[in-house]
Amino acid sequence: MARILRTGSFYLGLLLCSLFAIFPGIWMVISIFKKSSDLYSTGHNPFLYHPGPTLSHAIYLFTQTHFPTFVVNSAIIGGCVVGITVLLAVPAAYALARLTGRWGERSGMVLFLVYLIPPSLLFLPMYQLVTFLGLANTIWGLAIVYPTITVPFCTWLLLGFFRSVPRELDEAAMIDGRSRFGAFLRIVLPLTLPGIAACVVFAFSLQLSDYIYAATFVTSSSAMTISFGVPTELIRGDVFFWQGLMAADAVVSIPLMLAYGLLFDKLVAGFQSAETAAAGG
Amino acid sequence: MKGGPRHLWEAVADHDRRLGWVMLGPAVVYIVAFIGVPFVLAVLLSFSNATVGNPTIHHFVGLQNFIQVIHQRQFVTGLENSLLVTFVTLALLLVLATIEVELLARPFRFKRLVQTLLILPWAMPVALAAIAWLWLLDSQFSPLDWIFRQIHVLGPGGIFGPAMHFYYLGRTGLALASIIALNVWRMLPLAVIIVLAGRLSIPQELFDQAEIDGAGVFRTLFRITIPALTPVLIVAVLFTGLLVFGDMAIVNLLTSGGPGNSTQVLPYWAFLQGINGGDLGAGAAVALFLLPVLLAVAIFALHFAYRSRED
Repeated sequence: MARILRTGSFYLGLLLCSLFAIFPGIWMVISIFKKSSDLYSTGHNPFLYHPGPTLSHAIYLFTQTHFPTFVVNSAIIGGCVVGITVLLAVPAAYALARLTGRWGERSGMVLFLVYLIPPSLLFLPMYQLVTFLGLANTIWGLAIVYPTITVPFCTWLLLGFFRSVPRELDEAAMIDGRSRFGAFLRIVLPLTLPGIAACVVFAFSLQLSDYIYAATFVTSSSAMTISFGVPTELIRGDVFFWQGLMAADAVVSIPLMLAYGLLFDKLVAGFQSAETAAAGG
Repeated sequence: MKGGPRHLWEAVADHDRRLGWVMLGPAVVYIVAFIGVPFVLAVLLSFSNATVGNPTIHHFVGLQNFIQVIHQRQFVTGLENSLLVTFVTLALLLVLATIEVELLARPFRFKRLVQTLLILPWAMPVALAAIAWLWLLDSQFSPLDWIFRQIHVLGPGGIFGPAMHFYYLGRTGLALASIIALNVWRMLPLAVIIVLAGRLSIPQELFDQAEIDGAGVFRTLFRITIPALTPVLIVAVLFTGLLVFGDMAIVNLLTSGGPGNSTQVLPYWAFLQGINGGDLGAGAAVALFLLPVLLAVAIFALHFAYRSRED
């Protein structure tokens, strides 16, 4: 009896947690295919279609709005940011984990303090900096600024991954005649690929989530990102294109959800080694 | 000179200290240029009279910006709301994350599917999440209101009836609660990942021993799990708290600070002053008020983390 109660409450708990997480998503997906006459009526069950679903709002989003431009912009910026982040954070994390001795040991703390300076503190001087560089109102201004959000975090996460690789592996490779850099490239790097994959997903979604920098630097729709373009361009005054907005949201969120879902265990493992490393000094 | 660069590289590639600086260098240069410099500028800016029209720092006006902003009613409301929203969000997150992690620490069927569904709120970019919630909490067409009408919470004869709608974003208390709910919803997956990582690091022997000793679910939770999780709960608080405290997208899109500036928060007020109002100095002064709070939280948390490690 006690066992049934326990199993029952376990699955009930799972059900409630899942429902809490996806309820806004369910409503979002249902709304995409609603006809306006159906969407804006209060009489009947809002979770059903009367009369029938329609694709016209989703088609409108892709053919009559700037949404495809935002997607392309976000993809280009995302590619640049992920590239810059990996190129900066991977070598830096290895250096801090292995090469810089006692300096490296305190580095977790320093990275953390850097991470504590949020975009909402920096966006005004960043506006000056980007204007000074002549990159205001371009996607390149965003591409060069977003790694400030991703580099400290990814370095911290990778530091844990590198510290979880036994030092003996580097040393054995060096005894076999590889240089220190060769040991990093050929032995340690392949072992930390899951960590790098986790960083890529995190970096991509962190930059995609930015709102404040885009709102600060960008005014023309040709340079807008998804996060800023969708709320500014698709919401006009009090006239909301709800089906289109929900379609835009779903098109972005569902693939990201699947990517995160596939990498869930890797992300947990990444945090596990980062936390263990932090606890070990 | 033949092979010169090659020799140079070999001298670096095998010398730990030199290689260390070469590998660390680019990240340090980038962080100094794009976080260090703007941070110093942020402080200078708050003492200057720079505007969007004339963004270079020409001369300093002392504490004038600070005196100006602390007399604004919106600033005081914003500071209070920022602290309230962050504090309540974190408290709820700690409870919910601990529960959800206990569920996810066990094996069960379709675990992968459940994990994927649970991560949706974090996968959704914050501005899009705010739009999804704006529609979810619509004053006329909210499906939540419909559900509440079906179970006779709203509508004729309902507990909150005969009103047909809650007007979630139209009343100060409910609007703040909505902002908190959205923050909790969005941050829970991140908190769960961080805490689950810590939970899986607890040696299984501890739980086996507790079971042999006949400890129940709650006794095990409060005597073993939560004490062992304290350091990662702090990490979770720091990561999520920073994102909640620094966010302006949710308030911007959900309530625009309304009704009547009653849901204003610090980052959004800084944005309104600095960019929409064009007064970079005043905006920077508002934003700078984020810093002492962040520092206090960080110092407290790190202190706490070190103490629990020594125990």
